[in-house]
Order: sequence, then C-alpha cells, then structure tokens
Amino acid sequence: MAVLATLDPNSRAASRGWSDLTIRNAFILPTIIFLIVFNIFPLVYSLGFSFTNYRASVNRPAEFVGLQNYRELLSNPDIWNNFTITAQYVILSVGGQMIVGFGLALLLNRKFPFKGLVTTLLLLPMMLSPAVVGLFWKLLYDPSWGPINYALGIGKFEWLSNPTNALIATALTDIWMWSPFVMLLALAGLSAVPKHLYEAAAIDRAGTFYTFFRITLPLITPLLLIALIFRTMEAFKTFDLPFVMSTANVQTIAIRLYQMAFQSWDTGRASALAYIVLIVVLAITNIYVKYLNKVKER
Amino acid sequence: MTDIVLRDVQKWFGPIQVIKDMNLSIDHNEFIVLLGPSGCGKTTTLRAVAGLETIDEGDILIDGKPVQHMKASDRDIAMVFQSFSLYPHMTVYENIAFPLRARRMSRQAVDESVREIARVLRIADLLDRRPSALSGGDMQRVAIGRALVRRPKAMLMDEPIGALDAKLREEMRAEIKRLHLKQGSTTIYVTHDQVEAMSLADRIVIMHEGVLQQVGSPDEVYARPQNLFVAQFVGSPVMNVAPAQVRQEGGAVRVSVDPATPGFDFPRELLSRLNGHGAGEALALGIRPEGVLVSREPRDGYLPVEAHIIEPLGSHDIVDLKVGERLLRARTAAGFVPRPGERVHARIDPAQAHFFDAQSGRSLGVRL
Repeated sequence: MAVLATLDPNSRAASRGWSDLTIRNAFILPTIIFLIVFNIFPLVYSLGFSFTNYRASVNRPAEFVGLQNYRELLSNPDIWNNFTITAQYVILSVGGQMIVGFGLALLLNRKFPFKGLVTTLLLLPMMLSPAVVGLFWKLLYDPSWGPINYALGIGKFEWLSNPTNALIATALTDIWMWSPFVMLLALAGLSAVPKHLYEAAAIDRAGTFYTFFRITLPLITPLLLIALIFRTMEAFKTFDLPFVMSTANVQTIAIRLYQMAFQSWDTGRASALAYIVLIVVLAITNIYVKYLNKVKER
Repeated sequence: MTDIVLRDVQKWFGPIQVIKDMNLSIDHNEFIVLLGPSGCGKTTTLRAVAGLETIDEGDILIDGKPVQHMKASDRDIAMVFQSFSLYPHMTVYENIAFPLRARRMSRQAVDESVREIARVLRIADLLDRRPSALSGGDMQRVAIGRALVRRPKAMLMDEPIGALDAKLREEMRAEIKRLHLKQGSTTIYVTHDQVEAMSLADRIVIMHEGVLQQVGSPDEVYARPQNLFVAQFVGSPVMNVAPAQVRQEGGAVRVSVDPATPGFDFPRELLSRLNGHGAGEALALGIRPEGVLVSREPRDGYLPVEAHIIEPLGSHDIVDLKVGERLLRARTAAGFVPRPGERVHARIDPAQAHFFDAQSGRSLGVRL
C-alpha cells in the first residue's frame, strides 16, 4: 500500500480524480468477473446438480434427491476401482517424473557447451499439446510396426490393449512429457544453492554423497515439493493422455467422470463424482502444503 | 606441527595475473595476516592454499608436501568465510558437528567435541538455534567453531569479521587473538583493515596488485616500510608523503617540501646516509603525523605554518598544516591548536623521517 500511496499527484489518473483505491480496483475487476463467470458460477451450479437426478440430455426438470448420488457413488466398487487405478497412475507417473526430472536437473547443473540449447530441447515435450503427444505415442507403441517394439526387439508386444500394460505405457508417456517440468523447478532450486556452501562443505572434508544428501537435497526440498504438488494434482485428474491413447483400458477417475457425464448423460451423478474428486485432490495437496510449510520454516 | 610454504606461485584469471611470483613461508603456529586493498590477490592466495582455487604455476607445500594438486577436502585445512557460510538448514550443533560427521566420527566423540568447542567459544546455549536466529557475532563464533572443532592442520580466515559492526569487530578481534593463543594453530588471516592486521598478526604480509610488497612484524612494517605503498597503506592517519629537496646551507642540511619555504632542519648525517640519492633523481619524504612536531611558540628549528583543518578525535587531534603550498598532517594533543587559521610552528622529527625514491617508490633505508 505504501507504494500505491505515493502516486504522483500530477499524474493523469490523479488529475481525473481517481484515488489509489479506484485504480487498484480497476485493475482487479476484470479478473474477478472472469473468475465468477467461469469458475465460481459453474462450481456452485454443479454443486446444486450433484444433489439432483438431472440429465442434460433429457428435457425434464431436475428432481432433488439429497445425498443419494454421493451414497451410491461411494458404495460402488467400480468407482473405488477407478480411484485405485488413478492412484497407481499417479504414483507411477509422478514418481517417475520426480526421478527423471531431478536426474536431468543434476546433469544440467554444470557448465557445458550449448547448455541453453540442450535445456530448451529438453523442455519441448512439456510445451506440446497432450492430444498430439498421446497420438504420437500411440503410434510409437503400435504392436506391429511401432518403433518402440522394434527398438526393444520384443516382437508384437501389446502395450495398450490390456489394462495393466496400458497403465504403464500411459504413465511412461506422462513421464516423458512432464519430467521437464520437474527438471525446470529442480534446476532453479539447484542453482539457488549458494556456491559458498559447497566450498564450506569441501573445506569440512565432506564427500560427494554426504554433500548431496546433507546440503543439496535439504535445500531444494521445498522446490521439489512444489513440483510434487503440481504434478500430483495434474496426474490425479489426468484425462487427455489415457483418453487419446487407450480409452477403454486406463479407467482413471477422470475418464470415468467423462463417460458418466457425456456418454451416459448422468449429469447429476457426474457432478457429485466431480465433487468427490475435488475433495480428494484438495485433501492430498493440503497434506503436501502442510509439509511444505514445515520444511520452509527451517 | 604445520608449516606452509608458497613457492613461485602464479595465478591468472584470463589475461589478468592476480598472483605474481609469490614466495612465502609460514611457520608452525604462526599468525600471518595477508593485508592489502581489495583486488590485491590476498583472498585468491588464501583460497589457493585452501584448495578452492587452482594455481597456474609454483608449489604450495603443507608440512613439506606439495598440495597444489590435491582437493580441498584432502588438505585438512579449515576455513572461516567472510559470509560465514553456515548451513542454513542445520542447527548450530549440526553446523559444528558437520565436519566430524562427514568423517563418520562416532556419535559420542562428535558430541564431546562439539560441546567442548561450544564451551570455549561461549555458544553452548545457542546449540539448538538455527543460523538465521543468530546475531552476526554469534554466527561468526559458530563459523570459527565449525573450523576449529576437528583440530585442523591450519586455519584460514577470509575477512571473518569484515561483516560485523565496529564495536563487535573489536570484540571479536580480541576473541580471535585469545583463541589463537589458547588453541594455537598455524593461521592465515585475510583483511584489508590495517588495524586488524596490526593487532592480530605475528607477521603481516602486505600485497598490492598480486605482488607481495613486504613481510614483517607489525612493528617492522610500521616503522620500516620498504616502499611507498606499504608506507601509505599501513598506519592511520596515512603517512604524509611529499616530494622533497635536500639542500646544504653552510653547516646545516635542510629538507623542504615546498621550494618556496626555507625547509626543515636535518642532521648532517643525512647527506652521507642518502649516499648521493636525491641529487639527481626525485626524492620523496615520508613522515607519519606523529613525526610532525607542533609548537605554539616560535622555537629553534621550527617553521611558521598555518593550521588548515582540525579533526578532533577525542584522544588527540589531526591537524592539517600548510607548509607553503603543501599540507602536512600532524598529530597533536586534543585542543592543542584551538582553531583553523591559527599560526603555529612545526618541525619534522628526523628520527621518524623516511626517504623514498620517488620514481620506484622504494625506501632508501635512511635511518637517522
């Protein structure tokens, strides 16, 4: 506020009689309107739907059914199965991304020729459209003429046609696509560790591993946690890759939600499921954020 | 026993040579201070000894063993950094324990050593704090503790108290001296503060633009500077330096700093001590402010001068005296010259005069 209060009294805004507060509000207003129209309104509207038997495909007013949708969803073993698959997918893909991304960051965290170019090239996957990535990897995984089977020399291995393999294959694609994101954050963390701490550690006769586990890792944990939060949230609601690559075989919760909402047009129940997913994601990120704050306090 | 020898050390940063023909030997338990203005190569020299910087030529020997190709961690040398470089995510205890744990010392031995050193440094009550919760002085104590805890062969300090405020600096200076006397280890200490250097050092090494200028005890470098740089770098206020003419008038020898003035009386021996210098080439006279004697009454051998600026420093005053067109700074008793513009009388104490070759800056070694 101190900065706003020092507005030049001769400026055009001031001569029009705008106060600091007016100007501030003028800047904030568009964002607020956007948020209300596209985020808050649908959020509240769908919360209303989740207590009804509304079907968007049928011209019939919605009937209030109370908690019936939630009750049925939570007692449905199929839904729990979808959650289990999603959890497996999250662990596989986010775990992989953390390992690969951090590994890449460690490799890149030194001076070498064309470092900028190499870093940019490594970031490319994350800049592509997920639909494009999905289609390409579907071709790469093709059992009869895909380059992956050819390169691995494993004949006509079926990557996408059975649920277990499809889960792994989709997670691998996700790892390929999003490891650069983890790498970027880890690289920022690594380059922010003051060089003099490494000098102090060398003087203190600490070996490479000791230095890594006692200096590097603790100091970049906050940034790794942020990467973990983002990637977990994203992976949990992942839709595009499994949808494009193997619709029927990787039944993540988002895929199930899509089928419920736009194939069976069970709008009310789908809204309820969306809310359950929201609560789960919030709960998971809350755990991370709590831990992050604890780490940051040190 | 730890002695350190630097032999013909050369170091370049690109085209710039930051250490030139450095030769220095440091004895066991000696407290050596590398003194010089910023950019003179003193920190680079220290880092080269530590192993944080490579050298391009020459040898660095610790206990007679060349170490210039060894990693910092293999040299068994401790260092205190200017920025302290404490590990921010560890407590004071963990910081001090770090060098011991890094060497897989037993838990009990670590605990004993850490608590012992904390007691010596009077930080035993801070062991559970994190560095961010410490004052500058305490951070520095922790940094020293971390360096001392493993009883290193030698201790290197890079402006360890440069970041502290003046009062704390004085306190920590005394503490470092006390620790050195108590623990006793070969120490190289880098600073640009000549007061720090004078008060701590067994021997001072003065560097300028990568070249070692003089090595000697604080007394030596103060009383017998080998060149103009050392003369003007050591001592506060700075030594007066003026181009000088030596004239023989009848039986007397006079040295004037301004040709328009009669000149100060010097004993006849000056001519023979100068040994022909000053006749052809230019001569510079150096005299510390305490070597300029001031009298309110005209006295034999004193020249009339005008007081120009007076800096009262409490215990004494620094008075700028106008001798012709030259200014000479004199140190007087507080309030001795009441106000600027006053006419007083001054002479130069021949015993405190230094003569330099104005061209090369080298001292002519004249002692009267």
